[in-house]
Amino acid sequence: MNWRRLIAPRALFWWGLLAVTWGLSSTSFQLYKAFDARWIIRFPKAWELPLETWISDAMRWLLEDATFGLFTFRELTRFISAIIEVPYDVARAALADGFVQGQGSNAVEIAPSLSWIAVIVIMVVLGRVARDWGLALLVGVCFLYLAIFGQWGSAMVTLASVVIAVPIGVAGGLALGILSFRMPWVERALRPVLDLMQTVPVFAYLVPILFLFGFGPVAALVATVIYAMPPMVRVSTVALQTVPPEVVEAGQMAGCTKRQMMWKVLVPSAAPTLMVGVNQVIMLTLNMVIIASMIGAGGLGFDVLSALRRLDIGGGIEAGLAIVVMAIALDRVSQAFSTRLPAEVKGRDLSYVQRHPWFATVFAVVVLTYIAGLFVPTVQDYPDAATLTTSAFWEDAMRYVNVTFFDTFEAIKDVFLTYLLLPVKRFFTGIPWAWGIIAAGLAAARVGGWKLGVMAALMTAFIAANGLWNKAMITVYLCGVSVLIAYAIGVPLGIWAGQNARAHRWVGAFIDTLQTLPSFVYLIPVVMLFRVGDFSAMIAVVLYALAPAVRYAAHGMRAIEPEMIEAGLVSGCTRRQLLWRVKLPLAAPSLLLGLNQTIMLALSMLVITALVGTRDLGQEVYIALTKANTGQGIVAGLSVAFIAIIADRIVSAMARHSKESLGLA
Amino acid sequence: MQRPLKMVCRNVWKLYGPDPAAFLRTHPDPTSDQLREGSMIGAVRAADVQIGQGEIFVIMGLSGSGKSTLVRCLSRLIEPTGGEVLFDDQDLLAMSEHELIQLRRKKIGMVFQNFALLPHLTVLQNVAFPLDVQGVPRPKREARAREMIETVGLKGREDYFPRQLSGGQQQRVGIARSLVVEPEIWFLDEPFSALDPLIRREMQDEFLRLQGLLKKTIVFITHDFDEAIRLADRIAVMKDGRIVQTATPEELVMNPATDYVAEFTHHIPRGKVLSLRSIMSPGTGDGPYAGDLKSTDRVADVADRVEAADRPHRVLDADNTPIGTVDGRAVIDVLIGRKASA
Repeated sequence: MNWRRLIAPRALFWWGLLAVTWGLSSTSFQLYKAFDARWIIRFPKAWELPLETWISDAMRWLLEDATFGLFTFRELTRFISAIIEVPYDVARAALADGFVQGQGSNAVEIAPSLSWIAVIVIMVVLGRVARDWGLALLVGVCFLYLAIFGQWGSAMVTLASVVIAVPIGVAGGLALGILSFRMPWVERALRPVLDLMQTVPVFAYLVPILFLFGFGPVAALVATVIYAMPPMVRVSTVALQTVPPEVVEAGQMAGCTKRQMMWKVLVPSAAPTLMVGVNQVIMLTLNMVIIASMIGAGGLGFDVLSALRRLDIGGGIEAGLAIVVMAIALDRVSQAFSTRLPAEVKGRDLSYVQRHPWFATVFAVVVLTYIAGLFVPTVQDYPDAATLTTSAFWEDAMRYVNVTFFDTFEAIKDVFLTYLLLPVKRFFTGIPWAWGIIAAGLAAARVGGWKLGVMAALMTAFIAANGLWNKAMITVYLCGVSVLIAYAIGVPLGIWAGQNARAHRWVGAFIDTLQTLPSFVYLIPVVMLFRVGDFSAMIAVVLYALAPAVRYAAHGMRAIEPEMIEAGLVSGCTRRQLLWRVKLPLAAPSLLLGLNQTIMLALSMLVITALVGTRDLGQEVYIALTKANTGQGIVAGLSVAFIAIIADRIVSAMARHSKESLGLA
Repeated sequence: MQRPLKMVCRNVWKLYGPDPAAFLRTHPDPTSDQLREGSMIGAVRAADVQIGQGEIFVIMGLSGSGKSTLVRCLSRLIEPTGGEVLFDDQDLLAMSEHELIQLRRKKIGMVFQNFALLPHLTVLQNVAFPLDVQGVPRPKREARAREMIETVGLKGREDYFPRQLSGGQQQRVGIARSLVVEPEIWFLDEPFSALDPLIRREMQDEFLRLQGLLKKTIVFITHDFDEAIRLADRIAVMKDGRIVQTATPEELVMNPATDYVAEFTHHIPRGKVLSLRSIMSPGTGDGPYAGDLKSTDRVADVADRVEAADRPHRVLDADNTPIGTVDGRAVIDVLIGRKASA
């Protein structure tokens, strides 16, 4: 490291900016008293934009008066509900509730749901087809766990949502991806929308959806699909664009029509990449299905949520583990499909059953368990008597941990709060809004040019003008501290993993598992150990946002040309010099990209931690959700998105500079 | 050697830059300076090519010389900015998309540098792909594909996937696929460049064997001058988008048009390229002679015989008329690269 760079003239700008900000932040209260100018610390009420009311009014108009001539907007939403509800009901009946005829107490069951044995067999076969018996075993154990530990019913409700949301998300994403591949203007139009979709916190669009579709599984599914689709759009576009041009030319020279080119050449050639998108859709769906339990999706998410609300430690952990187990199983299977090689060709003279042994097995098991289930209830439903519950165990374990380590935990928490969280919080919340706008503009302009500066200033002004300055600063402070800690833990881990093959395997497995977990799950142990508050929120955010810091650091290390390292070695570098003078400078762009991703994940998690009692923008969205106040939700959601966009653009610009200076751009 | 023309391209241009068509309209024959001023890149400049029926026409150039762009203009994978491309006297550039698809389905085959096999299809399905696209029923297209697979020597590997084959085998699949529709013109875009030198040699022999069987009209792209010399009936040498010289290998070696072409010909073993016609002393006396040789014989092939004889050999024309004589010294001049003694 060259410390002299810190006092170079280029750095003076940043020191100056920091000093002025710090000065204003620590004296803003005195300034307000001295000049009796309350506007310094509070955005004047009279200037606030009535945006919330406008949006809410617009939504009401949309729902009550809007019409497209032939049909009204409300009829449109009902129509969408209906086309989602029908398949969802079938899936739910097949997996969880059984098929019934009639309503309420007159309902007669005409066919039971798939027996637990059949579902497990289907999953095992999927695992075997996707890769091998090892994966099949893993998947089998995961689903057996759900049955044995009494989570089967809820898990199947969740699975039903996944089964419906994933195909819609994949098909929709692929369709939009194909459109933007074919027509560049569609891609240009979609890009900002996708950017916004991925930065607006999930809670924020629960609000309008709740308003449009009402409380219930359909609203939850709509929210889920909206949340899970954007990555599929991007992956599809990129996958189609990266089909080698020669392959496309080979298709042209064979005389393919446009349609043949798409379905016989492009899509099949892009299939492995597309499967990566499908995997993402599945994981996001699972993540969202759980959050969406707030607007009416039942299942495991609902169990966790209500356990959290009751502070039912054991129940929460049990349901949380069930989600983890299911997430791991679905993740591994869908990942295996994306790396799967086409099967060997079987002889043509075999019978249908011989050519499709797995399908035949599944079919046989489903029929057999159906028949057997009519006579032996154990086959149909896993016997309650044989379920185990770990609830009491977890309860005791937590109690023991809390009793034994209470003082330790409190001490750790106090240290963090006193020396890190509170000072930083005071710094950020003290910044007068007017200076905040200027500072954001200056910083962005310095890094990315005056256009970026103006954009950052306008976005910051939007936040202030909606009376959200204070809450936004709390978001920035919590996010900043969490990112700092996640980065301080993650980068060394990544550097270690990047230089050591065995470490790479272990750290990789650990990070993969962390990333498989739905964001909701992180809240459970944190709340159990540290109760509600900023500190708990910080820990949950750090855990959730750790993955990209590690991953990008490791990638940056591994992507360094071996020749560069050899050049360092023959120049006589020690190991330490090699790391600081050769590897880290070369990995800088990668590290910055990792920082960017860490910030994005931290922000998305931060909003969810509103559930454990932060007082930031997340809380604002959460309040809007409970009051079904669309305007409030959207404005607060946009504010979070703007913070994310400013951070993203600034860090990306830094990464770009660093790439250019290394000649890699 | 006059052949009927299969493909002709006249004054073909391919420019990249802002509104290249308008630029070419205002500057019908832009110089390098004009191109630079208009911030245009001239990928192909004023290309004229005439390819005869059954000819192996090689386009040779280093990377960035525009040879791949030119062959893509000929097959209309790239839309030329200006000029004419005729295939069997039909204007290729005026064809509708539908006509073009029909033409490619029936009459054109193409082999690619990196094979461009479809990863999700087996060897059999890959070779049958062009027929599949045309809607040929499965038994018929598979029978035809099997024939082609056997022709390129991959029988027994019909059910392999591309990833299970070596590079040379993959290119054999690419060749089989391009020939499965029995095309009239066969484009090969650096087909052997991605292969190891030994395999490349083997594939060149295979290529010559196939051509001996099939007698296609061929446009072959390469950056390897040795390969060009070995395979070509005629060679077009390209540099910076322009065709510098179009000639038979022998003419190229004997009379390189520019220093650039001469650079390539320097290290070529002349004996393998030159025929007796170009080194003989014209006119025949009464003899006696050690024997008769054909004027098309390559010097290297007859060197032993000529050198061992104590008298000159007589050189005969295609219709066996004696047209000149050749002695040991002339042969040695060629073999050791000495300027011919007058």
